[in-house]
Amino acid sequence: MSVRRGVEVSIAVAEAAGFCDVDVVAAYPITPQTHIVEHLAELVADGHLDAEFVPVESEHAAMSACCGSAAAGARTFTATSSQGLALMHEVLFIAAALRLPMVMVVANRALSGPINIWNDHSDIMTERDVGWIALFAENGQEATDLVPICHRISEDPRVQLPVMLNFDGFIVSHMIEPIEQLSKEEIKTFLPDFAPVQRLDIDNPFTMGPVGMPNVYTEAKMAGEHAIRASYEPIVEIFKDFGDKFGRYYNPVESYRTDGADIIFVMMGAITETAMTWVDAQRDAGTKVGIVRFRLWRPLPADDFKKAVAGAKVLAILDRHFSPGGPGGPVAQEVKYTLYGTDNAPKIVEVVVGLGGRDVFPEDFDDIYKRAEAVLNGAPVPPFELTQVRGGHYGKI
Amino acid sequence: MSRQSPTPKWQELSLGCATTEPGSSRYQQTGDWRSERPTWKWENCIKCAVCTVFCPEGCIHMNADNYPQVDLTYCKGCAICVAECWTGCITMEEEKE
Repeated sequence: MSVRRGVEVSIAVAEAAGFCDVDVVAAYPITPQTHIVEHLAELVADGHLDAEFVPVESEHAAMSACCGSAAAGARTFTATSSQGLALMHEVLFIAAALRLPMVMVVANRALSGPINIWNDHSDIMTERDVGWIALFAENGQEATDLVPICHRISEDPRVQLPVMLNFDGFIVSHMIEPIEQLSKEEIKTFLPDFAPVQRLDIDNPFTMGPVGMPNVYTEAKMAGEHAIRASYEPIVEIFKDFGDKFGRYYNPVESYRTDGADIIFVMMGAITETAMTWVDAQRDAGTKVGIVRFRLWRPLPADDFKKAVAGAKVLAILDRHFSPGGPGGPVAQEVKYTLYGTDNAPKIVEVVVGLGGRDVFPEDFDDIYKRAEAVLNGAPVPPFELTQVRGGHYGKI
Repeated sequence: MSRQSPTPKWQELSLGCATTEPGSSRYQQTGDWRSERPTWKWENCIKCAVCTVFCPEGCIHMNADNYPQVDLTYCKGCAICVAECWTGCITMEEEKE
């Protein structure tokens, strides 16, 4: 039976991976993900988990070892953050292109420089195009539940893709939260044994990862594009099955108090929790404001999102990363892509907050709300803005 | 599914673009990035076959008259045959098309 107890989220996530009976963990410690792989190493060393723990020399090697173990048909888990994820970069594409099921937890952290170990989304957002399924958890309970869900999605015969599970470094990973942890037996009823569609087999030799010349590369990319888009249905189905079994239902897009909201805040990850506290106070005061959050980021649940924000006049989009010299933050870019050309599309106010561990307080939402309210009242839509910067985003030197 | 054509549709590719059957070099025609091709000056060729031995692609063979012949489907134009030829009878010529 599942037990509700106070536990550090990293430990709960590592235990969930252990209860998924992973066969191989290849990982390299990096802040703020370290506790996850440390605890998994402990579980293996103490004999609680019958798995191969590969203490690799770098994250590039970690992801390469994960590709090997997934290709051999082993249930594979790894975790990383920031520079570690960046070091994996080139191998991430290969894991997806080779259709290798595995789960990677990313405790999101800023990229250097300046060197910074704290939380934002710059690590994952610079890996948007690797072809992995990507989810964002908001709190410890969700992060812990999503571990078996991610394994099941990844290994589904209709999917066969690597899955990355993101949650905010420190803010979620190091938080001690009351978490209802599913037992190994419960997870077993939800997550069947891994039966890979294709695996390396000395009796039936074949080549994984051969050259794809110009005459076939486009077709190979299209096959990958189809695979990740087609994973949407199985993902929704697996979310529902998890809810039916354990009572906690997850959706690709989550809405909070959006009924009749003129202004909807859009964001991902743990700041949604702060935002909900703020929205509760606003709603009590009669302000019509709500929140929509992406849980599923790849494949992008565009239709769910459109439904979730239908009726809103202004969207205030909070990004935790931006493209220097480019078109602002990634969530805002993708929301604009989703809504461009639709009838009665809401106006969009984009802000970048919480970079490199800068805290986002409820007061910050007041400030963002004022910008959105001005647009609602007819003011021109401002360009994207780093709202927490001293000196002002568009201030002169 | 396997891929026995040089121009498969994406639906015909095997999972992860794997090569699931032997003999894939029949459709992996690796010669198409060549920018120069080896050309023999036959009157100087002594039929020693050293070019066939050193060709890293193994795409030079001796023909019925015992002269070397290159299979341009797989020749990448590396010019190792030129470097190894004892009599200097091979030269690289620019691909025109």
